[in-house]
Amino acid sequence: MSIFDIFTNQLLNGIVLGSFYALVALGYTMVFGVVKLLNFAHGELYMVGGFAGFLVLSFLAPYLGPGWLGVAVSLVLAMIAVGFLGVVIERVAYAPMLSAPRLSILITALAVSLVLQNGMLTLTKGQYVPFGAALGFGGVKLGNLFISYNQMILVGVAAALMLALELFVSRTQYGRAMRAVSVDKDMARLMGINVNAVIAITFFLGSALAAAAGSMAGAYYGSLWYFMGFLIGLKAFTAAVIGGIGSIPGAMLGGLILGLLESFGTQLPGVGSEWKDVFSFSVLILVLVFKPTGLLGKPEQERM
Amino acid sequence: MTSDVMLKLEGIASAYGKIDAVKGIDLEVKRGQIVTLLGANGAGKTTTLKTISGLVRAKAGRVLFEGNDITGMPAHQVARAGVVHVPEGRHVLRGLSVRENLELGAFTVKDATLRKDRLEQVFAQFPILRTRANSDGSLLSGGEQQMLAIGRALMHGPKILLLDEPSMGLAPKLVLETMRIVKRLNEAGTTILLVEQNARLALRLAHYGYVLESGVIRLEGEAKKLSADPSIVQAYLGS
Repeated sequence: MSIFDIFTNQLLNGIVLGSFYALVALGYTMVFGVVKLLNFAHGELYMVGGFAGFLVLSFLAPYLGPGWLGVAVSLVLAMIAVGFLGVVIERVAYAPMLSAPRLSILITALAVSLVLQNGMLTLTKGQYVPFGAALGFGGVKLGNLFISYNQMILVGVAAALMLALELFVSRTQYGRAMRAVSVDKDMARLMGINVNAVIAITFFLGSALAAAAGSMAGAYYGSLWYFMGFLIGLKAFTAAVIGGIGSIPGAMLGGLILGLLESFGTQLPGVGSEWKDVFSFSVLILVLVFKPTGLLGKPEQERM
Repeated sequence: MTSDVMLKLEGIASAYGKIDAVKGIDLEVKRGQIVTLLGANGAGKTTTLKTISGLVRAKAGRVLFEGNDITGMPAHQVARAGVVHVPEGRHVLRGLSVRENLELGAFTVKDATLRKDRLEQVFAQFPILRTRANSDGSLLSGGEQQMLAIGRALMHGPKILLLDEPSMGLAPKLVLETMRIVKRLNEAGTTILLVEQNARLALRLAHYGYVLESGVIRLEGEAKKLSADPSIVQAYLGS
């Protein structure tokens, strides 16, 4: 393989990986935007989303087949179910803590993460669970680069979801209300915006996007594990920070950058794929040191 | 109660943190009037407005709006009822354009045509906002931000406007301009409760005035009488 082939291959891998990171990072950044909470349980919603997709697919496969149709329907239903789970978690675990010191709610988020992880550990007895999708191996060959249909659909779905979110946030009254709540809750209230409803919508959307990523990961990689949300949760957090936490385009950009960095980083001489996490977290540290507000983030303004 | 009393406070007391900021006040705003609430810094004016609009919970007393008890109602529902509070410091939403700020002012207006009409009215009243429609609201000058804050409140279609220090931080020329706007709004039919530090100016516009001191009403009366009495001006309104 020539250098160029390696480059295009890693570019493709980076975009696929980056799509997962971006989808999960969006939930991190949206929730941080409206309630200023680093929701460390967010990675677990990706994991639960994977299992929810698996569960729905195992019911639907006899009718819709284990191909893309079955997976697409499972993905949508998993998104809705996990979206509601996100809202319930917010109501039960976070809402009572919103006026408590910041550290309390952070610890609550870690507790929620442990509950979800260990709940799934108990249910699956720590075993890998095959997702049960059968997506085929077709694709398109461009020179020496092979792009599978699965990769195309995955990146296409991720892009479509992100575009839909961007349109929602920039064009609809509820999207604007979400931005209003993230900058000034009291002013939002005075404008007649039900802040609790906006927070619920935010948790719903963020959790649904994580579930979409989880279901797609299950279908794409083939299996699920109760611990699969941990690392991607940290990576998504990193992506959100790189892009500027609270910024939606930032999360998309950060996810993509992180995916590409990991994918290209492992190609450097003397660096194996076991080093890719080192890459991500080194970048996190560098960003925190040199540009703590991230690439697209705005510094917090203190109001009088 | 008489039907022309739009807003009525009965023995309202509220605390800001652990400090008792308002200690039992009675106040009335009649339909179509401008009523001004005066007093020094820390007298409890802002807390009074926040208690009406639901941002601060009353410890005692009742707030009646058009005869309905709205005490303890969540702020967004008070706004939906038509009590629109323009807070001190304007609170223009940063990261949202002027147009988005205005459109969000009409968040509770479901009718898209009505929203559009109101936007046109606001643009007609404040042409500068049309010129700057696509700029980030937080990049406007102080005076423009005040117009945006008032325009945004008008988008809502308020029955009563609670204006907190609209002239604060503005150049003298703009202070007068702001007061003219307040007067014009009132003449167009909006009832206004105006909190001001600039007492002389506020009394010139208002029909009725209250003077708040350390959380209690020290004085009330027709605006003309209040501003005409030199001893009152000396003692309570400063220079």
